[in-house]
Amino acid sequence: MKEFTFTNCVEIKELTGKKADDEVMLMDLIEEASIDSIYYHMHSCFLRHFYIVGPYPNDFANWVVMQVRDRILAEKLSAITPAKNKNLEDIRNELVEVIDAHLSSIKANPSVISGQPFYLMKSRIIEIPTQIEVKNLAEFRDALAVVDASAIYNHVFEARFRVRKGRSDFAIWFEEVLDRKSLADKVEQVDSYMYSLEGLRAKILSLCDDELQLSGGKNG
Amino acid sequence: MDNHKMTWEAYRDIAPSGIVDLGHRISERLKGKTLLHVNSTRWGGGVAEMLHRLVPLFQDLGVDTQWDVIEGSPEFYQVTKAFHNALQGQAQVITSEMYDAYLKINKKNGRKMDLNADMVIIHDPQPAPLIYKKKKQSKWLWRCHIDASRPQRNVWNFLKSYVSKYDGAILSLPGFARKLNIPQYLVYPSIDPLSDKNKELTEDEVRGVLRKYNIPEDKPMILQVSRFDRFKDPVGVIESYKMVKKYNDCCLVLAGGGAADDPEGAQVLIDVENAAEKDKDIFILDLPPDANIEINALQRAATVVIQKSLKEGFGLTVAEAMWKGKPVIGGFVGGITVQIVYGQTGFTVNSVEGCAYRIRYLLNNPEFSKQMGQNAKEFTRHNFLITRHIIDYLSLMIANLNL
Repeated sequence: MKEFTFTNCVEIKELTGKKADDEVMLMDLIEEASIDSIYYHMHSCFLRHFYIVGPYPNDFANWVVMQVRDRILAEKLSAITPAKNKNLEDIRNELVEVIDAHLSSIKANPSVISGQPFYLMKSRIIEIPTQIEVKNLAEFRDALAVVDASAIYNHVFEARFRVRKGRSDFAIWFEEVLDRKSLADKVEQVDSYMYSLEGLRAKILSLCDDELQLSGGKNG
Repeated sequence: MDNHKMTWEAYRDIAPSGIVDLGHRISERLKGKTLLHVNSTRWGGGVAEMLHRLVPLFQDLGVDTQWDVIEGSPEFYQVTKAFHNALQGQAQVITSEMYDAYLKINKKNGRKMDLNADMVIIHDPQPAPLIYKKKKQSKWLWRCHIDASRPQRNVWNFLKSYVSKYDGAILSLPGFARKLNIPQYLVYPSIDPLSDKNKELTEDEVRGVLRKYNIPEDKPMILQVSRFDRFKDPVGVIESYKMVKKYNDCCLVLAGGGAADDPEGAQVLIDVENAAEKDKDIFILDLPPDANIEINALQRAATVVIQKSLKEGFGLTVAEAMWKGKPVIGGFVGGITVQIVYGQTGFTVNSVEGCAYRIRYLLNNPEFSKQMGQNAKEFTRHNFLITRHIIDYLSLMIANLNL
């Protein structure tokens, strides 16, 4: 049987020196940004907010609501959630389309008056194996409860998007190694963008507990 | 400088779950690699204080780390002070003789210093020209601790000619980024939860400090800790307090320093005393630079902490108060906007009225205030403690040394 090895990650944040002071500039930045920047601003707020879910689950929406104070656009941007059938280029296009449509409808270019500009960043993830290996669901559950939250980020968000597996490492292991397809599906159905990493940990732990209870403590 | 023996393991029960083990795992990859920090002073100032805390932890993790300082003449430090001010946007006259003196001292230091290490981190502008000593196989990063986002152009252009030769720059806030042809990494500053300023205190120790300054224990305390500096807006804090006082009985403590050795600070202190109008519930404390336990106790005793800055780099006092589980109301500037997640870990405000309203809100909603303080503490635990700072540096070593 193939063990599951938990792998933490550390994020190296890089500044690009590019910034936006209004919504047109933001749209231009998004159009020209590297795909690493799109990924960073759509996901890595989870790494910064282990415990707390910010107002919205991506940096673009948060900047628009907090700094530009344009709640309508912020709400529209917050609805852009990465999904299985979208890659990062699709997400970039959707962001641009939403901002473009909004600007056309209001016929103005809302800008920062007393707030901070949007600073375009990108990141690089370095994987750090933990040496925690598990062979069955009970061991998995116990390890998940204590690993650094960056491992959850790595196995869920990184696996799905940057590594392009399309699914979390957890779901893949549950289905392909433990032969627990139903648990794998339940983990994939969790809306990861609505939780902090700690919230996500609690949710997956509860699904594992339910599964262990259903199988009457039967392991594997 | 308090001198508890600094070990990485000492942070196991304080840092986020798993991060101490993560530090061990990362440093295993760095086995056999050497790290050298270079700055301009061993004592005094925030950079030296931080290196005193970081270097023993690198060493305890098994990363072969050295710290060296350059030696300069009084003339050199005058020049670098002018550089510092010019990089922060104050107009300065820098003559060609001053540039020459700056380069001469760096050359002299370069000749006698051993700068051989796999990674060299040069802190701030003073030793930046040492880059001429870089060997091909080593990696050099320039760590800029100051806000050089709007520098005096000629000074920046001069410095840039050296900075561009580094393998990367490390900055403290996104807004500090410059147009450079090298990678610019973001590493936030940090606080040490085991230092005198942040370690746990007993109730008696906290009470002892309140009694020392005759601060009442039977009413909520609003606190701002900062130098007496106009950019910290202490007079604005008093105005907010006066608005709050019409509705809530409370006291205000303005704890700071800088008035004794800074003429502008002394004037600000006079303005603050005038604004206080001898209100018996306003306490203005001009504390010495080593009053760490006092600051710690005041932050722990406070009900609400204010940092109503009008201009700010990274507000370490904000992180200190958040670590003590206090809701913080901060000015909507600089690093404070990164540290405070609005409505979750505190409130950012743009005016005296906004500050007053949020103080009243927190005083009248103690449960909400408590939850906000807990959020603030957890947010700080993950983002602004020295453990995260160490992990960031180790990660930069791994990335730059291609390990």
